[in-house]
Amino acid sequence: MIKFGFNISETRAINLEDCDLENVKKLHREVSSFKLCVSCGACSATCSARQFTDFNIRKIHASFRRGQYAGLQEELKACMLCGKCTLVCPRGVNLRSMIINMRKILLESNKK
Amino acid sequence: MSIYFSPFVIPFLIGVIVLIIICCIKYIRWYNQFDRVQKTVILKNIISWRFLSAIWETIMEALLHRKVFKRSFLLGYMHSSIALGWFLLIIVGAIESEIAIQTDKPFWIGIFYRYFVHDSHAFKHAQFFAHFMDLLLLYVLSGVILAYIKSIYSRIVGMKKTTKHVIFDTFAKFALWLIFPLRLLSESFTAALYNNGGFLTQTLGNMINYTVADVLEIPAWTLYSFALGTFFISMPFSRYMHIFTEVIFIFLKKLGVGENEQISGYTMFELSACSRCGICIDNCPLHKDLQLPGVQSIYFLRDLRYKRPREEIAENCLMCNRCVAECPVGLDLMTIRRQMRYKKDLDTHANYNYIENLQPFNSIGRIIYFAGCMSHLTPGIIDAMTTIFEKVDQKYWFMDKDRTICCGRPLLQQGFSIQAAELRRKNTQLIKQSGATMLITSCPICYQSFKKEYNLPIQVMHHTEYIHMLIKSGKLKLRKDDLKVVYHDPCELGRGCGIYRQPREILKTVTHLLKTKNEKEKSLCCGYNLGNTVINLEQQTKIRNAAMSSLRAKNPDLIVTACPMCKKAFKRASDFTVKDVAEIVKENIISE
Repeated sequence: MIKFGFNISETRAINLEDCDLENVKKLHREVSSFKLCVSCGACSATCSARQFTDFNIRKIHASFRRGQYAGLQEELKACMLCGKCTLVCPRGVNLRSMIINMRKILLESNKK
Repeated sequence: MSIYFSPFVIPFLIGVIVLIIICCIKYIRWYNQFDRVQKTVILKNIISWRFLSAIWETIMEALLHRKVFKRSFLLGYMHSSIALGWFLLIIVGAIESEIAIQTDKPFWIGIFYRYFVHDSHAFKHAQFFAHFMDLLLLYVLSGVILAYIKSIYSRIVGMKKTTKHVIFDTFAKFALWLIFPLRLLSESFTAALYNNGGFLTQTLGNMINYTVADVLEIPAWTLYSFALGTFFISMPFSRYMHIFTEVIFIFLKKLGVGENEQISGYTMFELSACSRCGICIDNCPLHKDLQLPGVQSIYFLRDLRYKRPREEIAENCLMCNRCVAECPVGLDLMTIRRQMRYKKDLDTHANYNYIENLQPFNSIGRIIYFAGCMSHLTPGIIDAMTTIFEKVDQKYWFMDKDRTICCGRPLLQQGFSIQAAELRRKNTQLIKQSGATMLITSCPICYQSFKKEYNLPIQVMHHTEYIHMLIKSGKLKLRKDDLKVVYHDPCELGRGCGIYRQPREILKTVTHLLKTKNEKEKSLCCGYNLGNTVINLEQQTKIRNAAMSSLRAKNPDLIVTACPMCKKAFKRASDFTVKDVAEIVKENIISE
């Protein structure tokens, strides 16, 4: 097979009935702008942490919204809260608040 | 019992005793909450010039209320007449009784002197004292009357919004308001009976019928004593705890004790030193532009003092420092916010391993340029700075050209002090190992962080300071354009670090600077400050628009600022031109 330098990710099926969306609802209560996101990726493009590592806030946002929380808590710890993402977001999502509240919510739910 | 006792003294006595006991318990408990460093600082500095300057500050602030006078003459008069007037009434009363009575006398004699001493010629200058005491009483009463008026129409003393008090504060306030009219009344009754009053009480006394005075004298003195007792007992639990605590706070501050990152006894002193005067409310952007209730420093401190702090209140602050600049007591309000924001569970070892690989550049003989995260969103500033460096042949290391490590201040402001320290540690290591002699930054947030939170062995400058230095030394030759500009003081640079002069002098060199209404300490926040994570974009926009319209009032050609964040905020507002100081300097460089 020819190697193109990238590979195609496996097809994933998310069964929404199995997802626990309680955390998403909680986050939406705390940061109402959270759902305004159109996944344009401006946040990740400007992210300071992204310049060093594969930390990707857009991806984290998407996973969180789908109820796939595994590993997110550890990943979010890479954020330096510098606020560039919040400033460039064309939809006015309060990303800093979103990140802090995601961390809070994940910490609580992981404790249980 | 001595002849200077009457049953009506008892309420006053109980009040004094309760007050002293509660205050002592509180103060000793708070002192014990000090850490060792704070205690050592007190002991080390207690015998030094600092002690004298604390006494001076006490007279100027706790008695005369100089800072309140600066805000509004009538408001200052109101505060100082009650504080200084009452203080003098006590002191002069004590002197008067000391001269008049040579024998053993109880300590309350100065308070009830007229009731116990009827002879208006008891000593040589007794008449003078009677008149002087009346004058002081009149002074205090004028302040109390002003306070009555203020509660109905606060704009008379220059306040748009006054504090919404808790019931207990209102109760104590009414007790205080009653004390002095009751004193006037009781002394007038006594003057009616024994002709021992001064110009005020005697005149009133002459108008009162002898029998009426005879009947009402004791009840009036009793009410006076009750008012005093009630006020004293409510003092430690109400806002009036500030009367003593403010003095202790001034001494602690002047002796060099400061806030820690965690709540300490010093915080407890600060919480009680707040007099809830409400001066911080009017100019808080969250009140002025958004009318958000209950988030201002005064309410935040109050909730904290009564042990019912709410997380959303601690988080809802722009940290623009405006209230700190306004506060007549000089409380360290931002540090208390940060203490309450501390996120103990979340603030663990972070996942910052990725920064470890960054290597310093050998910068011996060079300076470091640290643009800061936000400057990367305003490439014009970076371009201007690199042009200026090249123009003056300054070799530099652009520390965060490709990869930015945040300075850590945004994390610190949100209550992640351990994680912020990790970033500081790496940045400090890079700066020290590079061997550079100076650090220039374009972001006031980073600047404040490098100045106050880092302990760098090299000089730190904001780019406005650096450009100012270049102009002064003649290295940078600039022409003057014919634009009219206004300068916006960024919160972090102005109120945060006290840099007001340099950017203004630069602008006067290269262009025509117009004065604006809200300058220097009174500068308005652009609303985008990283301190607040609660308000949404719409609310930020409102605050921004208010600042913008104040800046555009005089129709300038462009707005100049010195912070990438403020620039970005104003840029978003409209197509109005906003530039950084560095950019306007770059445009006016004379190329040879």
